[in-house]
Amino acid sequence: MTQIEEVNYEQYRHLVSERAFTGETMLLNMGPQHPSTHGVLRLLLELDGEVIVNAVPDIGFLHTGVEKNMEAKTYLKAEVMSDRLDYMNNLGNNLAYCMAVEKLVELDVPPRAQALRVILVELQRIASHLVWIGTFGLDLAAMSVFLYAFREREQILDIFELCSGQRMMTTFIRPGGLWRDVPVEFETAVRNFLKIFPKRVDEYEALLTKNPLFLDRLLGIGKLDAATALQHGVTGPMLRASGVKWDLRKARPYMGYEQYDFDIPVRTEGDTYARYLVRVQEFRESMKIIEQALNKLPMGPVRSDNRKFVPPPRSEIGVSMEALIHHFKLWTEGFSAPKGSVYSAVESPRGELGVYLEGDGGPKPHRVHWRTPSFSNLSVVPKLVKGHLVADLVAILASTDIVLGDIDR
Amino acid sequence: MGVFDPLLELLRGLGTTFKMALDKPVTYQYPEEKRPVRPRFRGRHVLKRYENGLEKCIGCSLCAAACPADAIFVEASENTDEKRFSPGERYASTYEINMLRCIYCGFCEDACPTEAIVLGDNYELSFYDRRSAIYTKEMLLEPVPSVEMTTPRKVEPGVFTRSVPEMKDPQD
Ligand code: SF4
Ligand code: SF4
Repeated sequence: MTQIEEVNYEQYRHLVSERAFTGETMLLNMGPQHPSTHGVLRLLLELDGEVIVNAVPDIGFLHTGVEKNMEAKTYLKAEVMSDRLDYMNNLGNNLAYCMAVEKLVELDVPPRAQALRVILVELQRIASHLVWIGTFGLDLAAMSVFLYAFREREQILDIFELCSGQRMMTTFIRPGGLWRDVPVEFETAVRNFLKIFPKRVDEYEALLTKNPLFLDRLLGIGKLDAATALQHGVTGPMLRASGVKWDLRKARPYMGYEQYDFDIPVRTEGDTYARYLVRVQEFRESMKIIEQALNKLPMGPVRSDNRKFVPPPRSEIGVSMEALIHHFKLWTEGFSAPKGSVYSAVESPRGELGVYLEGDGGPKPHRVHWRTPSFSNLSVVPKLVKGHLVADLVAILASTDIVLGDIDR
Repeated sequence: MGVFDPLLELLRGLGTTFKMALDKPVTYQYPEEKRPVRPRFRGRHVLKRYENGLEKCIGCSLCAAACPADAIFVEASENTDEKRFSPGERYASTYEINMLRCIYCGFCEDACPTEAIVLGDNYELSFYDRRSAIYTKEMLLEPVPSVEMTTPRKVEPGVFTRSVPEMKDPQD
């Protein structure tokens, strides 16, 4: 028989105030099975009535050992793990990982693949923001937005299925390019989406942006100033809502982002409402990028023809002995990367998503580390919620757009 | 900003929901109505055969080596012209995929040098216990095109010597 361990309050002494021990304030668990913690996050709350005195996030419930697992696989095979970190940004994770591998082994990516990567990750950004706007509304009791947002998201996921055969865990971006070229229906599907989506964003805005109940819950709640944000390494829309114009797509362009004309939405208020406005504006900016990339999509191959790193096409395997040898070598032993370490980062829907990769000369990475935006963004939440009501905590947490798969890895 | 502005905004929002209520529903009434899948869909695997009924799989284990989830187990045995399963020297005498491990990444399909293993359209996989999640070769193999084309079968000696065929790049 297992004994139920008695709760030992002493272990919380350094986390909460003295008043919790005299019984003046109350300790309360929120989560890990609470729908508005957006996953399995546990928050230990110290409450004075309904006012939050302290909030302590407790993470790790979704720990899957992705980083360690990747170190046990070859560079090619480790990629499937990247899909499963931040499950709202699968293609973005693929891109971050592939860029790191390409940097490590100095692999080139053809222009068509670069443009397609941009289109796909921008679609992914929209899909991720759609989930966010849906759950944000849901947390603030605006249920219908959730249903509408998921309908549009389904359209994007269908485009992913069209390209890769999978709605979420696509593994479509591969080191050296893409898995395959996109099918012919791709362009029409994306254009259809671009045609209807602006109207949809207007509809979400009609429901939310000036809704008095919505404004009451958001204005002035969870104010984050730029200095604190930078201290905590906050990135993404959360940072931009606090008045810092920092977006890796502009600051350190990759995959040819410098060719596209788009704006970085910035707000200076730093409150929950500002974060909402920034993300809604990002819908429109992403659409601009997709449209431009689609208009000048170059023709040509979609994967590098460097046979040392990229498996040969199917048509060569049956006719060329050399291709067959490369094929066998790459799918069994994999390619070796030189000694050395690289860091490469992309702007994910949540902020700076970076991959640190260390090669030791063998076919498996010696160390893989993910710098995930949700982790840093969550670290600032305890500061934001102090003095607010429990109901405001829900709004603040929703506005940070954390994904627990991204935090726990 | 007038007194009635908030009210107007609420009505504007309600107008949107009202408009949506008249829209056609986008949901599928699963399981009565199934969602069609795209041609590239990666569902349950199928082991393919040639038109002459021989198995494409040559037991090379490349799919097992490429599988990131270690879901595949292959054991190969020798072909003879008396008892031929597949072209070339060897065939898979055991072929098992553990569907609980599989993550449907499609690497096995990419790695297979003969296009033997293909991820099909079936996404309805459910089991009552872990043991039945292991799909054996019999469960995965395509049915034979006609009765006399079963494997193993006796073939003319010296015809089926080439194990890796010429293939085209996937189109869809
Ligand atoms: S689809 Fe991926 S995980 Fe599943 S058996 Fe094939 S290689 Fe393994
Ligand atoms: S399915 Fe293909 S890769 Fe796997 S053992 Fe058979 S021939 Fe080899």
